[in-house]
Amino acid sequence: MSENSKNNVLLEVNDLKMYFPVTKGILIQRKVADVKAVDGVSFTIKRGETLGLVGESGCGKSTTGRAILQLYKPTGGSVKFEGEELTTMKGERLRQQRRRMQMIFQDPYASLNPRMTVGNIIGEPLEVHNIAKGKEKRERVQELLRVVGLNPYFVNRYPHEFSGGQRQRIGVARALALNPDFIVCDEPISALDVSIQAQIVNMLKDLQIEFGLTYLFIAHDLSMVRYISDRIAVMYLGKIVELTDYDTLYENPQHPYTQALLSAVPIPDPYIEEKRTRIILEGDVPSPINPPSGCNFRTRCPRVMDICAEVDPEWKNIGADDQEHWVACHLY
Amino acid sequence: MTTLLEVKGLKTYFFTEEGVVQAVNGISYKLDKGELLAIVGESGCGKSVGVMSLIRLIPQPPGKIVAGEVLFEGRDLLQMSDDEIRQVRGNRIAMIFQDPMTSLNPVLTIGFQIMEALQLHLGMDKEQARKRAIELLEMVGIPGAEKRLDDYPHQFSGGMRQRVMIAMGLSCNPQLLIADEPTTALDVTIQAQIVDLVKGLREKIGMAIIWITHDLGVVAGIADRVIVMYAGKIVEEAEVHDLYANPHHPYTLGLLKSIPRLDQGHDEKLIPIEGLPPDLVDLPPGCPFAPRCSYRVDRCTEEDPPTDYVTPLHRVACWRWEDVIADQSKNGGQRV
Repeated sequence: MSENSKNNVLLEVNDLKMYFPVTKGILIQRKVADVKAVDGVSFTIKRGETLGLVGESGCGKSTTGRAILQLYKPTGGSVKFEGEELTTMKGERLRQQRRRMQMIFQDPYASLNPRMTVGNIIGEPLEVHNIAKGKEKRERVQELLRVVGLNPYFVNRYPHEFSGGQRQRIGVARALALNPDFIVCDEPISALDVSIQAQIVNMLKDLQIEFGLTYLFIAHDLSMVRYISDRIAVMYLGKIVELTDYDTLYENPQHPYTQALLSAVPIPDPYIEEKRTRIILEGDVPSPINPPSGCNFRTRCPRVMDICAEVDPEWKNIGADDQEHWVACHLY
Repeated sequence: MTTLLEVKGLKTYFFTEEGVVQAVNGISYKLDKGELLAIVGESGCGKSVGVMSLIRLIPQPPGKIVAGEVLFEGRDLLQMSDDEIRQVRGNRIAMIFQDPMTSLNPVLTIGFQIMEALQLHLGMDKEQARKRAIELLEMVGIPGAEKRLDDYPHQFSGGMRQRVMIAMGLSCNPQLLIADEPTTALDVTIQAQIVDLVKGLREKIGMAIIWITHDLGVVAGIADRVIVMYAGKIVEEAEVHDLYANPHHPYTLGLLKSIPRLDQGHDEKLIPIEGLPPDLVDLPPGCPFAPRCSYRVDRCTEEDPPTDYVTPLHRVACWRWEDVIADQSKNGGQRV
């Protein structure tokens, strides 16, 4: 990494925790436990890069994205955006910062209000932040539609008149309306058909170059994440287990969970599939209410040792030279 | 190999207020005993409706099987009486669905739901059925099978529920198992478990399977033969190795090029298929893929392409498949 890389950091997440209370009782609600959805994750995202966040359902990857944007109030830890702490920010200042951080949601059917026209959906952020009104707003919306590859004359149509892929484009246009620096893409393609997925991913890649965007790309599809990301973080049960650049992660995965996850991804080639040996993980992901002691992957880990039950593995950089390869495992 | 199932010219339409949806528009194929046939396609291409029609699980109205024959072990399933088809469903032909959360009854125990079919189809008494149910749960790898029999579906995880569904499907030793996107709702590591399980069971029991999916990766690892569907029609069919190495139809080729591969470089750009799938109510004349096809010529939008047999096991419905292959070999093929 270069000398001035420190200045290039756009987002810095440190020991972020997001717990949701589990309550009991009908009238008087007592807190009986916590769902540790995100339990101490740390990473940085550099300006202009894409960090992929992968993991299975329920591992806390979406919660991480939302906690970063302060859509949830994090239980602990810090989120710094351009060096400024977001978790303690309030009121007008937070509202100002929100302009610069946007989100694209997974479900293109649920994330657009069916009773608003496309023009109003995309134009709403412009009005909320007093950026444009009337004719100016309309022109900006039409420009945004053009940017995401839709016909500008669609402004008066309603979401139901569009297909899933087109709706996702509307969602992208809405996210772009305020010229953000940072976009959390929360599984933006998993609800789409294969032939449409590539259209959206290519568009996201082009927009990134055009507008200098920084992405946190959340997904469970490892091959797609590898395709779009510069660096990839693998999450398991509320923690990041491994983080490195896309090539290293694929060529030289170190954490047993990453290895199993990669080996489970089918490759569309029957000759390769015949020769591959899979690491099949036993059992299911444990409950985040009561995660296992020590390393939380130990209950399914094929290389479990005695120490794994006792000590939580340290998050350390095992990369050679100046290469970054972070992993949390007692094997290293 | 002996033929287990033969589908001839099957057409299933839905008569809706907007018009007639031609969900399945004349498909024909054969399935041998013990074979695994994958049907691939995007949502709305008719792959699910196509197999639901086989055992007449189409809601009528608005749906209707308007033409075709489905010969299973020599008898036409479409001509059977309701009682007769009920004897076939769940017994000779079993089906497992995409969503293991909604296909089990939440207020009945797992044991009850498995035993029901055993008592109904095989005439077992409660004792026998319970014993068999335990065997089945053990076979699909559910630990502590005897105790778990009295658990309710919500006490199982998604992967475990899919295992229960498979156990139910296998309970009457079916000749044919229809699996409709059985791993789509599951995580990759759980998907690998289920695929592994089905492979093992197939070797042990030797039933034929129709596996419906949109995931070309899963198909590569499990299928013997693949059918690619688009807008209610079969556009290509081939043995699995042949299909991936020599796709003949522009749609198959497009699908393969639009998905990123874990073993491929980061910088190769994905080539999406432009445009959208057609509206099945208002199908354009000619080849349904024509509006999105880069090989389109005038003829494609005028005449429906015939199905050509390139080899006895490889068929394709495209006017220009010869040009597609010629281009492929020029560019060094999809991969070798």
